Amino acid sequence: MKHRTFFWFILPTFLAMFFFITLPIISVVIQSLHTPHENILVTVENCDPFGCKKVTSIDHDATKNLKSENPLGKFVGLDIYFDRGHLALKQVREHWNNSEDISKFLSLITDLPLYKAIFFTLTFTFTVTPIMLILGLLIALGVNSINKKLKGLIIFFSLLPMIVTPLIGSIILFWMIDSRGIVGNLLQILFEDPNLSLKASTSLTWITLIIYGVWHAIPFSFIVFYAGLQTLPKDQIESAQIDGANTFQQTIHIIIPHIMPLITFVTLMQLMDNFRVFEPIIGFNAEAHATSLSWIIFNDLGGETRQLSAAATSSILTIFGIVILLLPVLIKTWKEFDFKK
Amino acid sequence: MIFNSKINNKHNNNLSKIIIYFLIFLWVFLAAFPFIWTFWGSFKVELDFFSIANWTNAITGKNTEQTYGSPFTFVGYHGAWVQEDFWKAFINTSLVCFFVVMTSLTIGTLGAYALSRSNYKYTFWLLIIALIFRAMPPITLVAGYLPPFFEWNLWGILPTTIIVLVSINQPFTLWMLHSFFQNIPKELDESAKVDGCSQYQAFGHVIVPVMWPGIITTGLFSFLLAYNDFAVTSMLLSDENRTMIPKIAAFLGTTYTEGNVMFAVAAVVSATVPLFILIMFFQTKIVSGLTQGAVKG
Repeated sequence: MKHRTFFWFILPTFLAMFFFITLPIISVVIQSLHTPHENILVTVENCDPFGCKKVTSIDHDATKNLKSENPLGKFVGLDIYFDRGHLALKQVREHWNNSEDISKFLSLITDLPLYKAIFFTLTFTFTVTPIMLILGLLIALGVNSINKKLKGLIIFFSLLPMIVTPLIGSIILFWMIDSRGIVGNLLQILFEDPNLSLKASTSLTWITLIIYGVWHAIPFSFIVFYAGLQTLPKDQIESAQIDGANTFQQTIHIIIPHIMPLITFVTLMQLMDNFRVFEPIIGFNAEAHATSLSWIIFNDLGGETRQLSAAATSSILTIFGIVILLLPVLIKTWKEFDFKK
Repeated sequence: MIFNSKINNKHNNNLSKIIIYFLIFLWVFLAAFPFIWTFWGSFKVELDFFSIANWTNAITGKNTEQTYGSPFTFVGYHGAWVQEDFWKAFINTSLVCFFVVMTSLTIGTLGAYALSRSNYKYTFWLLIIALIFRAMPPITLVAGYLPPFFEWNLWGILPTTIIVLVSINQPFTLWMLHSFFQNIPKELDESAKVDGCSQYQAFGHVIVPVMWPGIITTGLFSFLLAYNDFAVTSMLLSDENRTMIPKIAAFLGTTYTEGNVMFAVAAVVSATVPLFILIMFFQTKIVSGLTQGAVKG
C-alpha cells in the first residue's frame, strides 16, 4: 500500500489514539512531577479595644494569581514517586534496617499502601492465571468428548461469567457469600461456626477474590482451548493409541504441544487483564483487606479531594509495571514480524 | 475425540465418562447458578433474598407472600426503575453503546485495513504501540483527562465519554480487525485494482462486503467494552448522566443505608438481561471472536 493511501486510512484512528491516549499519558507524566500550590498565608494584626491579635488567613488573591501563573502547580521532580503513598523510600530503608529477617521486612513493607497493592495485584495475577489455564483446559477436554447436542447449551452457560459485567458478577457473588446469603449460610453450617464471615479476614477475602477471578476467567481459556481441540491431528492420536498411550499420555505428549500457541495467547491476555484487577474489589467491598494498583488510582481520583498528582504518579508506576510484564512478548513480536525488506 | 476412542476396558470407559459428565455439570452449575438464583430472588422481599431464618424462604418467598399476597413482587423493579430513575441510566447506556460501536467500527475498519495491507516498519511500530495501549489499564489515563475536561467544561457529558471510550478501545478494535483482514487474501484487492479500482474503491466495494462477519464480531466486543466499563465512565460522567454500571455502584452505597437492597438487586438483574440476550443471539460470533486472535497464534 502506498504511504499516501496508508496515511488517509489510518488518520482517524491515529488522531483518536493520539489525542486521547498519547497526550493524556504525557499529561499524566507532567502531573506526576508537580504538586498543587499551597495556599499563601498572610498574618495580619487585628486590634480592638481589648488588645491586638494576630490572625493568619489565606490570601485569596495571591493564591489565585500564583495558580493562574502556573496552573500545573509546583515542580517537585520525583518527590511524589518517593513519598509515603508511593515508593516510600525512606520507610523502606527504615524497615530494612529495623527488621531482623526477610519475612519481618516483608510484613512491614506490605503495610505501606503501594506495596500492599502491588503485593495483592501480583498474587492475584499469578494465582488466577495458572488456575484458569488448567481448569479451562480440563473443561475443554471434557466438553470435547461428550455428546454434540449438549455443547451449544454448555457453551451458552459457560460464557455468562465472562461476558457479564465484572462489577455485576462480583456483586452477585458478594450477595451470595453474605452471611445471610445462600453460600455464606451453607459455609456456616458446614463449618459449624455461626459467626463465620468471608468478609472479616484478609486471607478469606483474598481467597474469595481469587475464586471470583478464576470463575470470571475460565470461560475464556475454555472457549479458546476448545476451538484449538477441533484442529487436533487425528492421525497422530490414532498412532499413539495403537502404541498403547493412555489418555493422560496423549494429553501430555500430543494435545498440549499442539495447543501451545493458544496457551501462550491466553496467558498473555490473562496477565494483562488480571494485572488491572479492580471491579471485584469494589463489588466485594473488599478495600479494607485487599487493594490493587487500579484501585489506588481510582481512590485518589474519586471523592472530594481528587488528588490528581498522587493518581498520576500511581498511574505511571502501573504503566511501568505492565511494560515490564509484557517485555518478553514485545521482544517475541519484534522477532516474528515479517518486515518488508 | 480422545475420550471417545476405543478403549479396551469398557468398564473403565464408562467410569471416566461419568466423571467427565459430573465435572462438566459442576462447571455449568457454578457458571449459571448465581445468575438464576439472583434472578429468582429479585422478585422477593429482602427478608427472603437474604434469609436468616430458613434458606428455602428464598425459593418459596414466604415473607414476600405475607407482605404482598403473592410469592412474586415487582417492588424492587419499580423502586429501581421509577423511584431511583434507573431508566435514565438505561437510556444513557444505550446512547453510549450505540455511538461507541458505530464510531469504533468506522475508524477501526479503515485503520486495521491499512495496517493489514502494509508491511513497512512503521506498520509494525503502530501495532506494537497499540498492543502497549491495549495492555494499559484505562484508569491510568483518567488523571490526564480530568484537568482539560474541567477547564473546557467537557466533563460529565455523554459525548466526551463516548469519544474517550472509542479511543481507549481502538487498540483492541485494531488488533481484532487486523487479524480478520489478514484472513482475507490480498489477491482480492489486487484483482480489484487490476480491474481499475482505486485502493479506496477496492476497500469499499470488494473488501468490506466480505468482512461483514468480522466487523459484526468486533462490534459485539466493542459493545461489551463500552457496556461493561465502570472505572472510566464513573470518573467522567456527572451524577445525572450516569450509565447503568456506575449507577449500580452508586446505588450500593445509598441502598444499604436506606434498606432498599432489593432496588440494587433489581437493577443488577436488569443490567444483566441485555447481555443474556446478546449471548443467546450471538453465541457463535462471540466464540469466533474469542478464538480469532488466538488461532492466528
